[in-house]
Amino acid sequence: MRRIINYAPRPGVRLILAILPFVVVLAIYMLGSNARLAVEPADKLMPSFASFWNTMVRMATTVDKATNQYLLWWDTWLSLQRLFLGLGISAVLGLVLGIIVGFVPYLRATFEPFFAAFSLIPPLAVLPILFILFGLGEASKIVLIVFGIAPFIIRDVMLRVSALPTEQIIKAQTLGASTWQMISGVVLPQVMPRLIDSVRLSLGAAWLFVIAAEAITSEGGLGYRIFLVRRYLAMDVILPYVIWITLLAFLMDYALRRLAVAAYPWDQIKAA
Amino acid sequence: MTTITFENVWKEYDERVVLEQVNLSLDDHEFLVIIGPSGVGKTTLLRMLLSQEQPTRGRILIDGEPIASEPTADRGVVFQRYSVFPHRTVLGNVMMGPQWAGAPILGRFFGARRKALEEKAMALLTRVGLGEHAHKYPAQLSGGMQQRLALAQALIMKPKVLLLDEPFGALDPGTRKSMHELVGELWEENRMTIVMVTHDLPEAFLLGTRVIAVDKRRNDPQAPERFGASIVSDFEAKCRSVRESRLFEAERARVRLALLAAAPATGDDPTVPAFETALVKD
Repeated sequence: MRRIINYAPRPGVRLILAILPFVVVLAIYMLGSNARLAVEPADKLMPSFASFWNTMVRMATTVDKATNQYLLWWDTWLSLQRLFLGLGISAVLGLVLGIIVGFVPYLRATFEPFFAAFSLIPPLAVLPILFILFGLGEASKIVLIVFGIAPFIIRDVMLRVSALPTEQIIKAQTLGASTWQMISGVVLPQVMPRLIDSVRLSLGAAWLFVIAAEAITSEGGLGYRIFLVRRYLAMDVILPYVIWITLLAFLMDYALRRLAVAAYPWDQIKAA
Repeated sequence: MTTITFENVWKEYDERVVLEQVNLSLDDHEFLVIIGPSGVGKTTLLRMLLSQEQPTRGRILIDGEPIASEPTADRGVVFQRYSVFPHRTVLGNVMMGPQWAGAPILGRFFGARRKALEEKAMALLTRVGLGEHAHKYPAQLSGGMQQRLALAQALIMKPKVLLLDEPFGALDPGTRKSMHELVGELWEENRMTIVMVTHDLPEAFLLGTRVIAVDKRRNDPQAPERFGASIVSDFEAKCRSVRESRLFEAERARVRLALLAAAPATGDDPTVPAFETALVKD
């Protein structure tokens, strides 16, 4: 009998094991749903898969009377727009501020403690301030996302910059590089893969802020829809929406990972 | 011509004296090796020569001029590790210095200029034995190959002084031996001054023309940090006149062989006049 950590599954077995929990969760839901539906056919808490499908087809293919839009696509478009704007602004801010502040000792001494304190402010706690300052429109939602994730990205980039070996920076100087040339030729390219990682890690938080902002005030969006139909206990909308959001988040994560692999082959080699 | 002078250089961190009264003057085309126990300040000495750190007292002169207060292109360096850029290919690494010098904003050459630089860099890479690895990334190279790359990267800038901080410390003995040969040859070919830090004595005396030992001359057991290290011995490892006569001999042999090789092709009456010209040349 070996120690349990020394048993590793073969690739085929590994695949089956990976799928297993998903199957189990689906099966439990199906059993529970069938049992409830058998007692009360109009049960709203655990609808059948057929009703999920019907609802989603309806939301994706029929024009909603109130908004004159295909709701599923309209909601997805609004939420993704907010998410991408928020993430994009945060990434650019994180990259620029992170590199400049991380690389120039005077700026670092000035701003590092400030950013550290700033990143500890809970973004949702200042949401009312944002609503007051930026109104209830799109601006406050995007500022919320930026407020929530930019400090994290800035700090991450800054750490990455300071983790670059001093030897490299000295070497660059002995090759005659100016500060700008070191930033553009040594620091930036080496920080980029890390920035992509940090954006990947921020995806969850970004979705959280999008949904939170939409839940409070909005005219559309995935989070808005979920909180709207909650009043009618419409689990046939909420659950597929949650799965749809998860799928979108997964796809974005996957795309970023592929981007890092394609754009920075040297980083992969180094990691291996 | 490159001469280096240390004029009564001290290095102190707060109360701790690391180096004291370092006086040294180094002729052109010397291979200076600094030896000494770990943590005594060998690397500090090298860092001051690199302007990575400033002396607390005294000054360092190259060719009679005080050195710049930050690292510049006249002093190349190879560290024990991390001297190459992981995000550029081998060829890209070698091309960085000249591109920075020639393209302040973009740091990149295009067209004919790039082609010319590529050729120059490839020639240098072939010289250090990395010709067929030009398009790999540094992480795909062995430790010895990375150090060869770091050397090529520094040499393309034609520095007056090349500083080596335990460059072979992390290499296995076989690789180390071939690196010794390479560095020795490069030193001869480029006629520059090399300053190397090591704690391997055989290596020091194999490569160096001058070897200095750095250690504490006096020690106060009550206050071990009161006194710093200084140069305690200074060996002329390879006598300059011997070195120069050897160089001269080598040059003479080379010219003679060249003449011998050229003679049969041109002259109708081969051997005798060729020998005569060779002798006259001498």
